[in-house]
Amino acid sequence: MHNNKLLYILFGIIFLILLPVANVAGMIDAGTMALWGRYLCFAIAAIGIDLIWGYTGIMSMCHAFFFCLGAYGLGMFMTVSNLPEGQAVPDFMSWNRVESLPFFWIPFQNFFSAIVSCLVVTGIFAFLFGYFIFRRRIKGVFFAIITQAFALAMYLLFSRNETLLGGSNGLTNFKYILGFDLHSGNVKLALYLITAVFLILIFFLSKKLTESKFGKVLAGIRDSESRLRFTGYKVVSYQTVIFIIGALIAAIGGMLYLPQTGIITPGRMDVKASIEMLVWVALGGRGNLKGAVTGALIVNLLYNIFTSLMPEAWPYILGALYIITVLFLKNGIAGLFGSRSTPIRNS
Amino acid sequence: MLSISNLNVSFGGVQALNLTHFELKDKELRVIIGPNGAGKSTFMDVLCGKTVPTGGSACFKGTNLIGKSEIEIARMGIGRKFQKPSVFEGLSVFDNLMLGLKGKKGCFSSLFFKLKPEQKNRIISVAKRVNLYEKLYAPAGSLSHGQKQWLEIAIVLLQEPKLMLIDEPAAGMSDAETEKTGELLCELAQNNGVIVIEHDMHFVKQIAQDKVTVLVRGEILTEGSFDEVKNNRDVIDCYLGTPESAQTRK
Repeated sequence: MHNNKLLYILFGIIFLILLPVANVAGMIDAGTMALWGRYLCFAIAAIGIDLIWGYTGIMSMCHAFFFCLGAYGLGMFMTVSNLPEGQAVPDFMSWNRVESLPFFWIPFQNFFSAIVSCLVVTGIFAFLFGYFIFRRRIKGVFFAIITQAFALAMYLLFSRNETLLGGSNGLTNFKYILGFDLHSGNVKLALYLITAVFLILIFFLSKKLTESKFGKVLAGIRDSESRLRFTGYKVVSYQTVIFIIGALIAAIGGMLYLPQTGIITPGRMDVKASIEMLVWVALGGRGNLKGAVTGALIVNLLYNIFTSLMPEAWPYILGALYIITVLFLKNGIAGLFGSRSTPIRNS
Repeated sequence: MLSISNLNVSFGGVQALNLTHFELKDKELRVIIGPNGAGKSTFMDVLCGKTVPTGGSACFKGTNLIGKSEIEIARMGIGRKFQKPSVFEGLSVFDNLMLGLKGKKGCFSSLFFKLKPEQKNRIISVAKRVNLYEKLYAPAGSLSHGQKQWLEIAIVLLQEPKLMLIDEPAAGMSDAETEKTGELLCELAQNNGVIVIEHDMHFVKQIAQDKVTVLVRGEILTEGSFDEVKNNRDVIDCYLGTPESAQTRK
């Protein structure tokens, strides 16, 4: 417990004080801040995966899609709000001879309704998808494969120009968010800080969730679904609820990601992206929220280092990391320090 | 309490169970014995909703169980302990027992669940009863096989079921542990109906207060007191496998 507090304080000092101060003092440029801001968004998504996979034992391979739903939602709002005076639709629509905004863009014209719609749409997708699979008691590898197919289908759908979401070019070319200039260093710093606060908030809420009886039921699903059922728990509703919660957390990460990156394309939601997210959590430590955050940050930092040093080598390094995790680090980096919150079964 | 008529289960043409009549009185402890593949576990699977029978009826306190889901049946008051101990290995013994507690089990109530002092006391008293008090905060995965069996019995117990289905409780237990399990089951039968499947004859002798049912090839071969069953020619033949026995016939 004591150890944990120290870690939290350390995390707070580095990410809430040191980095921002260094930025203001001019030691770290705005681009690096935005980069770290993005990593923190990934860490948020990783928490969602950990709840679904690490705690509940459901391997979902479409998490990046939910992340992208958030990013696309905010992207739609920013596309509309960044339109030049007098232009009714974004360029990619007029090229497709669409003269007025399609109906599903309408809720995204206003910032708050865009955020609410993002969460609602993500929730509906996660519910429909989760509930009908869980009700059939599909789990394990089969669940992973179905979600993978779903991720691919969505990738293809979003890549089409006819979907009116920018096709494979995605949504980009944003200059302002709520009147703030996205290229200014201060706005970047503010976005970074908002992300960090959201990460901390989501972390502690998720921690509370895992420590509640609800969280114990999740671990129960992972360990012995049938025992739980014969004890009178409706496993389907728990699975569906945690799947939705995980998806919403990813969507929040995606919403924070968009203004800091300035672009969202279907490439972010392909199967590979979801698998990469799983690697973050596996490396950091399944069933451990600190591990999920650490894993996301470390893998992305490595990604950044290696893609600038030797770009071709990255897939191999990622693969090697995964193999090392599976072979030697069953409980991930967090497991190395003996601070796993719930041990993982051999399976 | 439980009455069964013409219950049929077949798996792809193979008849696993064909019970014409089975009756369990209130607060009765019934032991079911029988050779491998006799349909003992299948019988329990039907009662707790895991397996859907091909035909027949099983009435528990006047309600037909057939067609109900596991969750509905569990909430009606039938608890099941499996042959292979199934506990929540990643959770502490205490949390395992907490999940077993009778009460609301929906998502929302779990989210805002607070353990009441009397519930905590109940967990502790049950843990003491099954010798797990010292292990209360150890992960369930670290328990021995016998202790896991007890833990699972304790989880079922905390549900406060009216009928407990207990599948091979003594498997993997030492003699002393087995005897204690027997005492526990007899104690439980004072207030609840209990059906036990068991192979260990010493254990059966210890717990068989009333009737023992012998299942062979999905059918009831005989029912009677332990001594009657033990000295029944047909039963002996089945276990020893003489050519005329019900086990080798057909």
